[in-house]
Amino acid sequence: MNADDNRHAPAPAHAPAPAHAPAPAAADNRAPDEEPAMCFDRATLAYGDRVVWSELSMTVPQGEFLAVLGPNGSGKTSLLRALLGLTPLAGGALDVLGKPPRRGNPDIGYVPQHAGFDRDVPLRGRDLVGLGVNGHRWGFGRLSRADKMRVETALDDVQARRYADAPIGRLSGGEQQRLRIAQALVGNPRLLLCDEPLASLDMRYQQEITELIGDWSRQRRGTVVFVTHDVNPVLSYASRVVFVVDGRWAAGRTDDVLTTETMSGLYQAPVEVLRVKGRIVVVGEASGAGLDLDEPHHFPAPTGGHGAHVDRGGHA
Amino acid sequence: MIDQLVHLLGYSFVQNMLVAGVLVAVVAGLVSRFVVARSMSFAVHALAEVGFTGSVGFLLLGLSPVLGLLTGSMVTALVIGGMGLRIRERDSVVGLVMAFGLGLGVLFLSLYNRYATEAIALLFGAITSVSSGDLVLLVVVAIVTIAGLGIMYRPLTFATVDPVVAEARGVPVRLISILFLLLLAAAVAEAVQVVGVLLILTLLITPGATAERLTAHPGQATLVSVVIALLATEGGIVLALMTSEPVSFFVTTIAFFCYVSARLVEPVTDRLRAARGQ
Ligand SMILES: Nc1ncnc2c1ncn2[C@@H]1O[C@H](COP(=O)(O)OP(=O)(O)O)[C@@H](O)[C@H]1O
Ligand SMILES: [Mg+2]
Repeated sequence: MNADDNRHAPAPAHAPAPAHAPAPAAADNRAPDEEPAMCFDRATLAYGDRVVWSELSMTVPQGEFLAVLGPNGSGKTSLLRALLGLTPLAGGALDVLGKPPRRGNPDIGYVPQHAGFDRDVPLRGRDLVGLGVNGHRWGFGRLSRADKMRVETALDDVQARRYADAPIGRLSGGEQQRLRIAQALVGNPRLLLCDEPLASLDMRYQQEITELIGDWSRQRRGTVVFVTHDVNPVLSYASRVVFVVDGRWAAGRTDDVLTTETMSGLYQAPVEVLRVKGRIVVVGEASGAGLDLDEPHHFPAPTGGHGAHVDRGGHA
Repeated sequence: MIDQLVHLLGYSFVQNMLVAGVLVAVVAGLVSRFVVARSMSFAVHALAEVGFTGSVGFLLLGLSPVLGLLTGSMVTALVIGGMGLRIRERDSVVGLVMAFGLGLGVLFLSLYNRYATEAIALLFGAITSVSSGDLVLLVVVAIVTIAGLGIMYRPLTFATVDPVVAEARGVPVRLISILFLLLLAAAVAEAVQVVGVLLILTLLITPGATAERLTAHPGQATLVSVVIALLATEGGIVLALMTSEPVSFFVTTIAFFCYVSARLVEPVTDRLRAARGQ
């Protein structure tokens, strides 16, 4: 077990907690005995023999904005699937809003990794949002008056009324993403899971989408789990971060995780975290080049390589 | 010709045929929307062709060819559903099941070469030759299919247009896929009676594909699809009665004409939409 510990990035040196414990939450406005939005306890996720990440422990109180960072294939989508109850854990425990994850939990809204709608799909934005209301219910699915009102409100909340009747496949990526968010929020969830909602959007749309989600969280005290390649667009909202690299992870308050020590431990290579003009830039020593977090796959590979090597640590 | 039609309309078997045609068309119109959206034309073909094998097999045994068709396509649906539903996997599974099933059909045909006309009827459709007992079977199957589609219409739509979120929201996506294959098998057995195995796609693809061209409103598209299927089927039967030419020729022609018309008006509807700022 001890040998396993140093495979995960240790919590920042100045944090008093042991390596796996979450960083202590700063005093905030949450009710003292409210159940956390999610609680991972030595959770391990694997597909067959392939361990994606292991022994993950973190607790996220409600109302927080959690940024999930890491290179492609590090298991960010899998983390969302675990929360959704779609992929069972191989080990450890996970509670979502105080209960084990279960498929179809109406307290969870989900914005999937964007694949874009086919140009010809006979579906309007309004219909996509309507599916978020009752798409899972058997029957013909006519929306009641009240349901239709909810759809309109959700469309208004994301300012998508204007193009709600156009074929969804003809809309821009940013417009489709707004409709996706409306679909996820129409059911009034307490937890919103967003899988790379900023991918393939230009800067202006990235900012708009981030504000939409961040403001929802602040106004409703909703919890957000936000998968992103680049932490910079969400820096002003993200109160917490979990960073996953090759099965290792670091979790805690944003300022505690995105430090030179923690990131070097995570990448098992000397890297430096710099703050430049309000942005966070991570510089890898091996290449000597400045690397942005939005291209984490350019980081030097940790000594020992990928995949099978790290799996062993997970199984220990 | 009109006289001939009026004369024939007096016969109860002709009336039954028109009623059966309505049910077949409603089933085909509903199902074809999902066949198109789920890219399942290849599966439709496989269900029809192995259904043909079932039909000839039942004829060999002296049983109802309609029941044989239904059995053949249902078994195929279960095999395809059990072997793989992911798109890439599905394509090859469908292909190899179809090849095997049709190979069996060839054997049955050679054993059954005495009554080749019945086999030809299956291949090209001949609702005129369906016995009254089989007509009852067709009506029952159509009603069950429509009811089944009504029950799963909403989650099927969700699973079709947005499978990832549907799964997360608790839609049993895999079960829905298999149930839809079974409904599709029933729809195939129905439509084969009108247009035959070889022309099956005219009723199970064209209405849905045409409707998609005309509107992005899902409810309207379903309605348009059913209307086109009705137009093609009933129009086909009536024209065939008037001219004594094959039903399937008229059905395919009407359906194709609908599709081409939709393609022609599509730029116009697009421009209208753009003008309204959508
Ligand atoms: N259903 C699955 N079966 C087997 N392996 C999978 C499955 N889904 C994902 N993986 C693997 O798990 C790893 C993590 O995938 P994923 O969670 O999608 O990563 P990310 O979202 O960070 O890019 C990848 O190596 C991927 O190939
Ligand atoms: Mg992913």
